[in-house]
Amino acid sequence: MSLPRAITFSMETGSSFQQLGMQQALEPLRQQLPGCGKCSTMDGDPGKDLGKAVGCSGGSGIGKGPVPMVCSTPCGNPYAGLVSHLRASWLSGKTRPMEYRVAQLEALGRFLDDKKQEILEATELDMGKPSFEAFFSEILLCKNELNVTLNNLYHWMKDEHVDKNLVMQLDSAFIRKDPYGVVLIIAPWNYPIHLFLVPLIGAIAAGNCAIIKPSEISKNTERLVAETLSCYLDTDCFAVVTGGVPETTSLLENKFDYIFFTGSPTVGRIVMTAAAKHLTPVTLELGGKNPCYVSDICDVTNVARRVAWGRFFNAGQTCIAPDYLLCTIEMQEKLMPALREAIMEFFGPNPRESPDFGRIVSDKQFRRLQALLSSGRVALGGQTDEAERYIAPTVLADVLPSDPAMQEEIFGPILPIVVIANMDEAIDFINARPRPLALYAFSCDSKIVNQVLERTSSGGFCGNDTLMQVTLTSLPFGGIGNSGLGKYHGKFTFDTFTHHRGCLHRNMGLETLNGPRYPPYTQQKLGLLTTTFEVKRRGTCTLL
Amino acid sequence: MERMQQIVGRARAAFRTGRSRPLEFRIQQLKALERMVQEKEKQILAALKADLNKSGPNAYSHELLGVLRELVRAMENLPSWAAPHPVKKDLLTLRDKAYIHYEPLGVVLVIGAWNYPFLLIMQPLIGAITAGNAVVVKPSEVSENTAQLLAELLPQYLDKDLYAVVTGGAPETTELLTQRFDHILYTGSSRVGRIVMAAAAKHLTPVTLELGGKSPCYIDKDCDLTVACRRITWGKYMNCGQTCIAPDYILCHPSIQDKVVENIKATLKEFYGDDVKSSPDYGKIINQRHFKRILGLLEGQKIAHGGESDEASCFIAPTILTDVSPESKVMEEEIFGPVLPIVTVKSVEEAIEFINLREKPLALYVFSNKQQLITRVIAETSSGGMTANDVLMHSLVPDLPFGGVGQSGMGAYLGRYSFETFSHRRSCLIRDLRWEVVNKVRYPPGSMELMHLAKFFLLKQCNKSRVGQFISALLGAVKAVVAKVLCPKLEG
Repeated sequence: MSLPRAITFSMETGSSFQQLGMQQALEPLRQQLPGCGKCSTMDGDPGKDLGKAVGCSGGSGIGKGPVPMVCSTPCGNPYAGLVSHLRASWLSGKTRPMEYRVAQLEALGRFLDDKKQEILEATELDMGKPSFEAFFSEILLCKNELNVTLNNLYHWMKDEHVDKNLVMQLDSAFIRKDPYGVVLIIAPWNYPIHLFLVPLIGAIAAGNCAIIKPSEISKNTERLVAETLSCYLDTDCFAVVTGGVPETTSLLENKFDYIFFTGSPTVGRIVMTAAAKHLTPVTLELGGKNPCYVSDICDVTNVARRVAWGRFFNAGQTCIAPDYLLCTIEMQEKLMPALREAIMEFFGPNPRESPDFGRIVSDKQFRRLQALLSSGRVALGGQTDEAERYIAPTVLADVLPSDPAMQEEIFGPILPIVVIANMDEAIDFINARPRPLALYAFSCDSKIVNQVLERTSSGGFCGNDTLMQVTLTSLPFGGIGNSGLGKYHGKFTFDTFTHHRGCLHRNMGLETLNGPRYPPYTQQKLGLLTTTFEVKRRGTCTLL
Repeated sequence: MERMQQIVGRARAAFRTGRSRPLEFRIQQLKALERMVQEKEKQILAALKADLNKSGPNAYSHELLGVLRELVRAMENLPSWAAPHPVKKDLLTLRDKAYIHYEPLGVVLVIGAWNYPFLLIMQPLIGAITAGNAVVVKPSEVSENTAQLLAELLPQYLDKDLYAVVTGGAPETTELLTQRFDHILYTGSSRVGRIVMAAAAKHLTPVTLELGGKSPCYIDKDCDLTVACRRITWGKYMNCGQTCIAPDYILCHPSIQDKVVENIKATLKEFYGDDVKSSPDYGKIINQRHFKRILGLLEGQKIAHGGESDEASCFIAPTILTDVSPESKVMEEEIFGPVLPIVTVKSVEEAIEFINLREKPLALYVFSNKQQLITRVIAETSSGGMTANDVLMHSLVPDLPFGGVGQSGMGAYLGRYSFETFSHRRSCLIRDLRWEVVNKVRYPPGSMELMHLAKFFLLKQCNKSRVGQFISALLGAVKAVVAKVLCPKLEG
């Protein structure tokens, strides 16, 4: 499908595109900017959000989506133009060749390398993210995904040939890895780069066009992404849309071929309901209260260190962070000094001064977290500073299941300890609640870890550590029940954005072999059909 | 409302006891199903005859055989499907166990369709049992005889608490959908598919939607028309055209249109004799409503063959329409009846464009002697599944996933894909509580020096292709050295 060539295209800062080595193909499709301004006025709507919508905000001139021509017709749907432009690009087939996908992925790698400093600064501004953490989670893990994808893309893309039955021995049966089309990626604010980039890597690898909607809450990162990503990616196939709830709502009115959402269960429901209107498949990466069971037999120092690391990483704003501890009262006593020591070791005597401890993302979140501190008794930390949105690494002891901290996902540097009598009670406690995204169990006795694993359900599981299950790209990451649906990371991301199309290429000859299936039907034909099509239990098939 | 709550509640309580999980139990239930199909074969065939006028051998090969196949495959492969699947590790997790554990989702709802009323309930049911779930099945009320029979038979053979049958129509289904399930597999129309998914969204329930669509069939000039038309005739008029993956319309060059019609006519005679109406191998339209709908599609069309109908017995003869305009009514909705429109196109490019301008179909068929042309059609279109040089057959390949894309559905099932659809792939990492020194690279206070170390540990995979073998050979040594060299630095 060709784009309307009548539009005047102009070259922009083309340097980054030349690096792709395919400037020839991209050049005529690049879109002129001024149209965006027109678009918002023509719409009749107060164009405040529209300008933002197409990513043409400010004078920067970059970060735009290639939109305008469709907006010239009055439309209540400001993104219709963008989506249909991307769909036209997808239908043109340009995203399908492996070389194109590799070029785009390599461009993403360059984005990470070139903008490393800017990413660290933006996340620092947004939530005081320590540079070590930002480097580890936003850059290193993304590079990891990128490299795994680039290393394996050829094999992932290849047709997968499958077994055939007797009649089809001369045919070829395979699974074709088809891209879906235009996908939407909605990312949250807690890992503002990682959580849009990792799905995007898979979407590109699978040959899709994509619209990325970063969170408006992490506004510095949002701006960075909107302004710079388009310098690296083909703007005919990939666009960034910025804005808040109204923008997301009108974005969701459009038909996408896949929606990948990371966020809260409440919004997850809204996204899935919107997707149902267009029969769009979804992946929902939601949160939940991740339990962490600590058995009586374990190395307390190491447990404390691993739990504290997972809980206070990114100031607790991690969807898979251990949300609360379950242990006996004796263990609580033993853990307390160990946790104090771990916090001291990590962040020094005053965590507020530590460059390694983050801040809460917004005032709203800060106030919500402050209210949770009334649960149980503050055993460690508890200090807050509204101006800085600082909440000290806090441990709450003797928290009751009815306390505020146990009613919602905490998503902050607060670790409640709920006392239980034994493992069975812990398992019952876990099973009585919605299934979490992650579950942790600590014990020197592997039988206990296995028992917890087998008798519970959760998105992922990590024994004797926290968070580490997500660093392995070979493991699928995703929730179950209230914690989400669908899986990603590594090959699972590629598969998420790929339609597995069952294909059979038959031989035109040997028509007699097909005789048994045609009418008029007879018992004799049926017998023949049964022998040729029936799957025999292994060992009973003597014929072959 | 209360009744549904009770049914689902009972299934959930039974699931919570954990008795659906052991592999022996699952296999025992599958064996019971196999026994049911074998023992009650006559009753099942009678119900299918009453609902859709399916003749014995016909019904057996289209519905029962598929079920038996699926059962055997599930029982045979369950142990290997359900086994934990170990995954690759990096340096940091070298000493740990990392694997994917397949777990049942919980209570699964299966909503069947009326066109293959037995098959479309049983195949998903087998998948859900294989994966260890509790299941509520809701057969279509349109094929009422089969629905009644399933409600009667299943409890006789399966665990009554874990597996329930709900009968009834739209009101019952609506009520059922207010309940929370852990997965819903629905087979039917796109319109109801949307309703099901919206209801599922309230509970964040994942869905598999097996919908329909207009599956195109392109016939190239360069192909054996006799064979092609025989295969198309078989797929199109089987079950009176009421097959979700039946070729819906033909795209071909104007010059071969007449030959196509001739060949199909000849095949029809070969299949059903001179008087189709009296052939035991030809089905009937499910009900009066669909009968009228299909007849309505014939209005204003050039009928090249067939067109006869009998309202009393819901009979519509195999019909071919020629020179059909793409804008006509018959090209707007899924036909789901024995009416085959031929739309002429001038080239394969035009055919591909024609297909891509419409919603993604559940199946796509192309006939040609040219390998290149087939490759091109596959590469430049999208569809749920596809067969080249035949119709329907891709759904019979045991290891191919069956499912739609876009308006033709989402998710896939059959065989291993059923097992995966109804399982949660839980990622598990079991670490060692010792070896804390290796973990220190990730703890604060952080320095860039440590970061580079972490980089080394985690990015190891990216060098795999070149020095991977070398690295893995030296893994143990590397780790020992790293520990030795870094210990003092870290402690300091």
